[in-house]
Amino acid sequence: MSTRLDQIQESTLEHSLYVVSVLGLASVFSIALGVLTRRSVLARELSLAITSVFLTLPALALFTIFIPLVGLGFAPSFIALFLYSLLPILRNTITGLDGIDSSVLDAAKGMGLTSRQVLLRIQLPLAWPVILAGIRVSSMLIVGVAAIATLVAGGGLGDFIKSGLARLPLPNSLEAIWTGTLLCLVLALIIDLILQATKRATISRGIR
Amino acid sequence: MSQPLIRLENVSKSYPGTEAPAVGNLTMDVYEGEVLVLVGPSGCGKSTTLRLINRLIEPTAGRIYLHGEDVTDIDPSVLRRKIGYVIQQVGLFPHRTIAENIATVPKLLGWDKARINERIDEMLDLVSMDPAIYRDRYPKELSGGQAQRVGVARALAADPDVLLMDEPFGAIDPITRDRLQNEFLRLQQDLKKTIVFVTHDIDEAIKMGNRIAILREGSEIAQIDTPEVILSEPADEFVENFLGSGAILKGLTLKKVRDIDLHDIPALEMPVLRDEALKVLENSPEKTAVLLDKDHRPLRWISEASLNRTTQPIEKSGKPITIDLQPEDTLQDALGVMLQSSVGMAVVVDRSGKYLGCCSIESLASMIISDSGGSATA
Repeated sequence: MSTRLDQIQESTLEHSLYVVSVLGLASVFSIALGVLTRRSVLARELSLAITSVFLTLPALALFTIFIPLVGLGFAPSFIALFLYSLLPILRNTITGLDGIDSSVLDAAKGMGLTSRQVLLRIQLPLAWPVILAGIRVSSMLIVGVAAIATLVAGGGLGDFIKSGLARLPLPNSLEAIWTGTLLCLVLALIIDLILQATKRATISRGIR
Repeated sequence: MSQPLIRLENVSKSYPGTEAPAVGNLTMDVYEGEVLVLVGPSGCGKSTTLRLINRLIEPTAGRIYLHGEDVTDIDPSVLRRKIGYVIQQVGLFPHRTIAENIATVPKLLGWDKARINERIDEMLDLVSMDPAIYRDRYPKELSGGQAQRVGVARALAADPDVLLMDEPFGAIDPITRDRLQNEFLRLQQDLKKTIVFVTHDIDEAIKMGNRIAILREGSEIAQIDTPEVILSEPADEFVENFLGSGAILKGLTLKKVRDIDLHDIPALEMPVLRDEALKVLENSPEKTAVLLDKDHRPLRWISEASLNRTTQPIEKSGKPITIDLQPEDTLQDALGVMLQSSVGMAVVVDRSGKYLGCCSIESLASMIISDSGGSATA
């Protein structure tokens, strides 16, 4: 029994590690990409097109095509999840930055904020609620899709689902599948709560 | 006049792909403490001209001077912090409180916290908003008029010499607009900022401007002068058309009651005897007199006819005087009062309500005629 618990703990930790690390890096990368491409329609459309392709590819394929380059385990899973989670955050960053009232930016510039100050003090804070919504969508995607990591020896809660699937209809096989699935749900719920709290803490009352 | 505070010298702005420049070779001076209004039809380049001054739009050619110093090539952010900027849509930062909005430029300039705090209250007081109520509110909680008050407070927070205003009252309902305009004029009397004010509304231009520049396409100055001169001596047909048919009526807002000769209507001071009154009325060219109370305040219009018609005591005959004028009122106000008055005249009183004289339609008309006669010979 204790080994089973150990296993649950380990897989959940692995799964959480995927979610947190991928979400962190993908957020930084996508927001940066959205900011850098905000002045060029071509660059913006191009980056949106490429990240859409990542999301359109079958998840299973995305996990496997990097194996020749980085081997099995954490690395191909991380790359796949990272690519998979870019579009929602990028899309929302662009939408959020685009949606800012141009008179606010005109006033900011007109009062002598440099373009860097306009970005950091005005644009990003105003786009933040929309960006955060994108991060939330990505977080849900990652929690679900990370279950595939098990197929490339990447661990995570997918381990339970895979082993259950392999042993069907032996005893405890369905229970294993349910364990993996429910733990994913719980994890998704916890992350959602954390993001909700972040939202409350970081979004000004003036734009809530 | 002294050295101009702002000088645009042969400034042009053209956009690639368009043949006609948005602003073509404009030279214009703005003097210290004046309100210069740029007015013209939409698309004439007046807003572009305004935005050239704080270099939100970079000129294609020409120089811009502020305090005699060439600012065409300095860091635009540094320049803008010295120039207040107010726009029609206000552009308050929605994620920041009113206090934080007002503190924007002082913060950029590195003022210390205590000084900024003090300044926020001072600015809110200046625009008649209670700091205790509004400091910590957010822009979404304000009405349009309140938001623009804050917009003005924010622009004035770092005490800039120069204020650029781009149709600041354009998006506000007429009643609030009128009030804000009046408040702003009162503010300006104390602050004496150098203001460039853009509007498409000639009435607003006449009301707000010490000088008006009427612009035609390409920001070419059709005429730049005081409102009085522009109204009475429009430079050409374009200006005339732009002023519209009501130029004379518009001119009435510029003149005060004290500018015209008051009609000498005899006064009857209470208590007065009937016979005495009749004698005075007989000698009055208008056969009318103003009945005053013992403090010299006008009570009623008394005419010979009204006195003869009845045996009532004198304080009950004639028509009551319900509204009066003061020397500081505009002739437009005077016209309104006269048209409402039963005798086609309006009484003028001093600040304490004492009778000074009467102002009649004739005196108004003769002033208008002498004015336009003057311009015909000029």
